[in-house]
Amino acid sequence: MSVLTLLTEYLARPMVRNALIVGTLIALCASLLGTTIVLKRLSFIGDGLSHVAFGALCIAMIMSLSDEMLLVLPVTVLVAVILMGSNEKRKIKGDAAIAMLSVGSLAFGYLLLNLFPNKRTGSLSGDVCSTLFGSMSILTLSTLDVILCIVLSAVVVAFFIIFYHRIFSVTFDESFASATGIRTNLYKFLLSVIIAVVIVLSMQLVGSLLISALIVFPVLSSERIFRSFLSVVIASGTIGVFCAITGIIVSIILSTPIGATVVCINVIVFALCVIIGKFFIKR
Amino acid sequence: MAQIKGVDVSVGYEKRIVAGNINFEIYEGDYLYILGENGSGKSTLMKCILGLEKVCGGSITYGDNLKQKEIGYLPQQTLIQRDFPATVQEIVMSGCLNRVGWHPFFGKKEKELAIESMKKLEITDLAKRSYPELSGGQQQRVLLARALCATRKALLLDEPVTGLDPFAQEQLYALIYKINKEEKTTIIMVSHDIEAAKKYATHILHIGKEKCVFCTKHEFIKENGGCLF
Repeated sequence: MSVLTLLTEYLARPMVRNALIVGTLIALCASLLGTTIVLKRLSFIGDGLSHVAFGALCIAMIMSLSDEMLLVLPVTVLVAVILMGSNEKRKIKGDAAIAMLSVGSLAFGYLLLNLFPNKRTGSLSGDVCSTLFGSMSILTLSTLDVILCIVLSAVVVAFFIIFYHRIFSVTFDESFASATGIRTNLYKFLLSVIIAVVIVLSMQLVGSLLISALIVFPVLSSERIFRSFLSVVIASGTIGVFCAITGIIVSIILSTPIGATVVCINVIVFALCVIIGKFFIKR
Repeated sequence: MAQIKGVDVSVGYEKRIVAGNINFEIYEGDYLYILGENGSGKSTLMKCILGLEKVCGGSITYGDNLKQKEIGYLPQQTLIQRDFPATVQEIVMSGCLNRVGWHPFFGKKEKELAIESMKKLEITDLAKRSYPELSGGQQQRVLLARALCATRKALLLDEPVTGLDPFAQEQLYALIYKINKEEKTTIIMVSHDIEAAKKYATHILHIGKEKCVFCTKHEFIKENGGCLF
């Protein structure tokens, strides 16, 4: 059977189509937000948040909550708001604080899972592995999950378009923006809420250890080639979506883990962009 | 009525007062140099004038139709900006943001304003260029054009010539002087450069360890021979 017929056969299945829709949307949101996160030098916050989300997920699991998101989302949003708000004044300490917070919640979560094993699945290593590296759960999405994901992504993309110029201003020069009357604190607050939402959403796709990749790689790749903010934003979204679709299809055909495959495609695209930027773009 | 007036202002950080008893009055079209050593509190004073920080004591009031948010600002370059992928036009346009209110995008008026500001600072031919590729002097002119988009009433510049070569320094000073004269834009500059202060300023505010002195340039030169207090 050729690859093509295999592919069409897979695409005929609704669960594969759902996975593609959700994966694409998550990658789009992550790479759009990634532009401000990376350019504002906040990549480590994204990484820290994903670990906090892991810790919260572990707690939710041992509490056997019906919907884990009920705990994970508020906790992550709260930590995001605190981290983004405190970042300006205590730059160096903030850096160490995030490192502390992220390994702390990772260890704490794993310890809790060990002490109180999940009665439903009963498999510790399976639980940990799938929350850290993403699971096949993206292939078993319910219609409700898909609709929720579509709605949230629409909100994120709309936010990004409507506040595009304000996001640029706050990213490029926060003190100028607030000195001339732009409500930077409001936009930073909204941004941190949305970053937290995107991180929790993308845990489904790639797991908490690999989320940062969805956020930073597309931006870094497009930065090698493009020189204006608008083109970096558009290219970053495009690269993110392309890598997600390719990654999901490749992982289905070769039956590799989805998260790791998507991230590897991102790494390959980044390497290509570095080469193109170095040899083909005139500075 | 003065545009900006400080009465008995004291500034500091983390509740420790660094400089106190600062009195000054700035009128439309003035060119004020704030001089002082590193750590004297002049940058903090500047942030208080902009409303980015609070004063520890005394008061700063704004009059003559000037609101605090109408002070254009040329900050020192940050690490983030040095390799930020943005074109000159995008950066200058971002200065117009406080004019659009709740509208999400720029209109024709803002675009014309940006073009005009770029013309004033002689960077029209750089509009499509990327910011990190420019020289230090060109980058400062871009940021100045952005500040001009935000306001025409008052500009506050934080050590704008630091790190520029002498030629670029002179060019930037001349442009700022031209804006001050032609538009009657009030200029407040934080600087170490006493020679330039003697050349361009109308008023000088010296923030010292013992005392802070506010005077006109002529008093400054007459009483002190142009040395710091």
